[in-house]
Amino acid sequence: MTDIVLETRGLTKYYGGVQALEDANFILRAGEHVAVVGDNGAGKSTFVRQITGVEQRTAGQIFFDGRETNHAGPLEAREAGIETVFQTLALADDLDVPSNLFLGRELFKFRLGPFSWLDRKTMRERTLEALKTTAVKIPNVDNPIRNMSGGQRQCVAIARTAAFASKLVIMDEPTAALGVQETAQVENIIRGLKERGVPLVLVSHNLRQVIDLVDRIVVFRRGRIVASLNKGETDGNDIVSYITGVKGSEPAHG
Amino acid sequence: MSQTNHGLGGLKYDPTKKSRASEWNVLAALVLIILVFEGLNRLNGTSFLFNMRDNVDTLFNQQRLDIIILQVSITGIIALGVTQVIILGGIDLSAGSVVGATAMITMSFAQTALVNGAPNPKAVFGDWAMDLPVIVPIAVGLVCGTIAGMINGLLVAYTKIPPFIATLGMMVSARGVARWWSNGQPVSFPTESYGELANGDVLGKLTFGLFSWDGQNPAVVFVALAVLFHLIMIYTLYGKRSYAIGSNEAAARMSGINVDRHKVLVYTIAGMLAAAASVLLTSKNLTAQAGMGVMYELDAIAMAVIGGISLSGGRGSIVGTVLGAGIFSVIISGFTSIQLDAYYQEMVKGAIIVGAVVLDQWRQKGRVRG
Ligand SMILES: Nc1ncnc2c1ncn2[C@@H]1O[C@H](COP(=O)(O)OP(=O)(O)OP(=O)(O)O)[C@@H](O)[C@H]1O
Ligand SMILES: [Mg+2]
Repeated sequence: MTDIVLETRGLTKYYGGVQALEDANFILRAGEHVAVVGDNGAGKSTFVRQITGVEQRTAGQIFFDGRETNHAGPLEAREAGIETVFQTLALADDLDVPSNLFLGRELFKFRLGPFSWLDRKTMRERTLEALKTTAVKIPNVDNPIRNMSGGQRQCVAIARTAAFASKLVIMDEPTAALGVQETAQVENIIRGLKERGVPLVLVSHNLRQVIDLVDRIVVFRRGRIVASLNKGETDGNDIVSYITGVKGSEPAHG
Repeated sequence: MSQTNHGLGGLKYDPTKKSRASEWNVLAALVLIILVFEGLNRLNGTSFLFNMRDNVDTLFNQQRLDIIILQVSITGIIALGVTQVIILGGIDLSAGSVVGATAMITMSFAQTALVNGAPNPKAVFGDWAMDLPVIVPIAVGLVCGTIAGMINGLLVAYTKIPPFIATLGMMVSARGVARWWSNGQPVSFPTESYGELANGDVLGKLTFGLFSWDGQNPAVVFVALAVLFHLIMIYTLYGKRSYAIGSNEAAARMSGINVDRHKVLVYTIAGMLAAAASVLLTSKNLTAQAGMGVMYELDAIAMAVIGGISLSGGRGSIVGTVLGAGIFSVIISGFTSIQLDAYYQEMVKGAIIVGAVVLDQWRQKGRVRG
């Protein structure tokens, strides 16, 4: 049991009358890469938001790193070692790339409370290193990211997550806005995480990608986990039939 | 050689051809406006900037420059705070009233016991509050600004009242405090050292007489504060957080920034800056009146907006505001120099504010992305 990184028991989230997530039982083991798939509105992002402390769950328990956790906010989750690429990018449009990469964990020349002096040079250098691993094309990292393309912004968010990855990485549709080359590169980053032994929860609609990359596929439908399929024992058609409800009308254990 | 591969992933990027910072446009506008007024004055055989009288031996029209600089300085100090609040994505309508309330309270601790040998006719307190060391009224003033700013910040951050409403409440209440403090009576006759604050020659003292700028201490303080906050906004965590919150509050929260606490801090600093302006203003005038600072908040907001600070937050700079303050004061003095009636001045002032905001909206439309 000690190799379980993340476990949810009966995780439930209602938005008013909307039952977005219902009794989700999910387990992620050390080093394991798991995909979360399902139709639009199936509750995937909701699931992510509960684990990362962005929202407070209606019911259920979350265990992370051997302890029951109750992250009051995303910062606590991050400090506990959960790095996340959110579907709605958590970037500040008017800041440049280094500022975004280090948003909330700036490096300093000297500390003086809120007036701590930023070490802009080091942050910029580290940013360039981190971005090289994503092969993202960005003309000038010193420009505000407002002026960058959707894919470029996505790559900034992914580079941020990969650079700070420690105990668990969660990516909510990281390649949704990306071109062919960038997608391949993000997939390489994910393989790199696998080699480093960093466990991953990957939300994706791209079944080809999912079957390629992860060890296990968890299917969400209408707020419930309906299947947990090992990569070797399933294929695209099988997954689709769970997503659409042809198979698995009974709730399953993720 | 001009095309260099500075970009990531082989994208072409030529660092020598950086797009021009918007501050340059504001500077160009400032120069242009000065030239226009110079031209208009020349039509009447006068000059806007230069001394035309033979009996005075200076190159520039010293009197006018002094007025412009003083105007920039006092309201400009307020604008420094307002700028930070706007960059944060908020607004501060209370600054002018905070100036008024702070003026009355501060001056009550700055009074001198004897005026021309007679007891101070405007004394607010008893003897204990007379001829206090100058640091006392300064501290009292800054505490007033801190309290007002902190209340603004707490309201905005924790009650989720829109900043417009929260600071409007403070605007009305602080003016009430100013009127109530001495039942509407002016508070006058400060100690000599208090009067020195604005009317002395701090630059001369600091440089041991190397540079002397008598009576322009507010300008010296304004420049010092502008430099200080310019550095803070660009090089410190405080500035980074302010821009981040103004540009995407949800992202800032998600990145672990304590948004609420930071808001309180920024509004508090804005309150302190308004108080600092109030101390200088009362020192300059050697009196405090309940109506002091009326509409200053709008002048300060106008300075910021003219300087390119976006009312939707996240964009703009202290440098922009300093230049915007320059434009604002030059226009006011320019109107006086061509003998435009005060009524027209106010109308045009209003038009300038609206025009600057419209310009900001246009700039943003240009940025809308798919
Ligand atoms: N803040 C909210 N308030 C009300 N309803 C919400 C809220 N967030 C999500 N929902 C609802 O909860 C359900 C699950 O949404 P969720 O975002 O988790 O879907 P998803 O599986 O991530 O979909 P997609 O693939 O489109 O990203 C949807 O029906 C959605 O409308
Ligand atoms: Mg989603």
